Amino acid sequence: MSSALAAIFAPGFFGSSQVQIAATVGAIVAVVAGTVGVFTVIRGQSFAGEALGDIGTTGGSAAFLVAVGPLWGFAAVAIAAAAVMEMIGIQRPRGRDVATGVVLGAGLGLAALLLYLEAVYRNTTGATFTIVFGSPFTITSSSIPLVVAFSVIVLSLTVVLFRPLLLCSVSPELAAARGIAVRLVGAGYLLALAVAVALAAFTIGTILSTALLVGPAATALRLTRSPGRAIAAAALIGVGSIWLGILMAYDSYDWPPLGHGWPVSFFVVSLIFVAYLLAGLPRRRRRTSPTAATETDELALAPARS
Amino acid sequence: MSAGSPESAGRILEVDRVSVSLGGRDVLRDVSFAIEPGQFTGLIGSNGAGKTTLFRVILGLQAPRGGSVLVAGQPRSRRNPLIGYVPQKFQLDPDAPLRTRDLVGLGIDAHRYGVALPSRARRARIDEMLEAVDARGFADRRVGNLSGGEQQRVLIAHALIARPRLLLLDEPLANLDLRSGHEVVALLSRIATEQRIAILISAHDMNPLLGVMDRVVYLAAGRAVSGAVEEVVRTGVLSELYGHHVDVLRVHGRVLVVAGEAGELADTGDPTHTHTQVEIIS
Repeated sequence: MSSALAAIFAPGFFGSSQVQIAATVGAIVAVVAGTVGVFTVIRGQSFAGEALGDIGTTGGSAAFLVAVGPLWGFAAVAIAAAAVMEMIGIQRPRGRDVATGVVLGAGLGLAALLLYLEAVYRNTTGATFTIVFGSPFTITSSSIPLVVAFSVIVLSLTVVLFRPLLLCSVSPELAAARGIAVRLVGAGYLLALAVAVALAAFTIGTILSTALLVGPAATALRLTRSPGRAIAAAALIGVGSIWLGILMAYDSYDWPPLGHGWPVSFFVVSLIFVAYLLAGLPRRRRRTSPTAATETDELALAPARS
Repeated sequence: MSAGSPESAGRILEVDRVSVSLGGRDVLRDVSFAIEPGQFTGLIGSNGAGKTTLFRVILGLQAPRGGSVLVAGQPRSRRNPLIGYVPQKFQLDPDAPLRTRDLVGLGIDAHRYGVALPSRARRARIDEMLEAVDARGFADRRVGNLSGGEQQRVLIAHALIARPRLLLLDEPLANLDLRSGHEVVALLSRIATEQRIAILISAHDMNPLLGVMDRVVYLAAGRAVSGAVEEVVRTGVLSELYGHHVDVLRVHGRVLVVAGEAGELADTGDPTHTHTQVEIIS
């Protein structure tokens, strides 16, 4: 029994402060990403989330160059990019893709220059890898207060906007008719998205940040039917993937090449992907209670239902 | 209602000489009509006649160039709890985690910040409203998965749960099959008579509404005539509204409004036009 446990949890796993910090930050960030991600998926803004993550590369590399915490860089650039997208029309579906693409191109061009300067002047080639693909084990305990502060901001904003945002996501017309300031709510949500993406980029890298944002949310949508439960499920799936990914990465120090762990992000993203596929498997019919019976009847009449 | 003049007393909606210009084009010109509590009014006009613009003016989302709108005797305002609104359709992914009861619940308090706490009273109110629109059977299904007719009923429940006195519906029958359309019209008629809620429903085809409409507001070329169906839907009245001759034909209890004269377009030489000598407008 103990040898089986030792095979799963390599010696020193629970005692490692790196593991503890990575697991703490990862769990907080997964909850934030899952909460915001459910709305991202409902609103069809996955591409905006992806772009805000990618463009964080610019902020992260600038932060490396001037030696401030990378999370500040990710957040500053993501918020600025979100503001630009908002101003040039991200709220309109047709303007959205074009605006996002243009901002993204400009940002990544700048990132190329900054990473080049970084490599030339500081000779730190690892920076690129850390920014783009993430490295939770390099997170220091000093960054935990900032992660918590950003997370509290995002979660508060989402809770405050919850009802108007939900109705805006269903029908902007309906929301406007109720006197809801649709554009303001959308802008508030975009701000929450930008900070959530910055947190995800800080944990698993800019390019993979969308996976943490959208993956658990998309999986949760397949499993649940109400917004509250979808958020809870997305957060759980995110936290589970992060923790399991950290464990596997820790164990991988014993895999070839010996003494070098595999990237945590690889495991996390793979686990999220597997969860998404599993959630898509056809489910067995629910047991029959009176209400469930009517539902299965309707199911049989409507073959197009997923 | 305290500020209402004697004339407007008892009227839930009073539209007085409303004109709207959009992008330099006159969309509505001097449109006037009034609705009393419990009345079922059809807002009839072809696409582009200005029906949606008129709704936006009543909802306070579009400022008119001239004229006034009174709701229960008060000037119109945004977020008027006396008005319920049902948009034509909405885009919601079939996977979106929003059940019928969630959307109806949003009708109570979607304009408030924060999260709605579940309570027995809240649940009972939602259940009661689901019952009223005959939606109990799909209360826990995802809204994105429902049929067009079911979605219309959910949207009606969403609007009614805030207890409005006037319900605006933008082309609710446009995407429905005949049977679902009949069900929605029957439901609305019941709401109007039983709960004394005034209904203003827009449609490009008046026929599904003929049996239940108390009054009609007919929109064409930005202008409107209103009154009882028999008064308004007549060759003389509609010809004057359109500014050219139209015929009102009654065929097996259905009404057709037909424009154009035989032979008018017969010599255009364009083969696709030889059969468009008449145009069925409505």
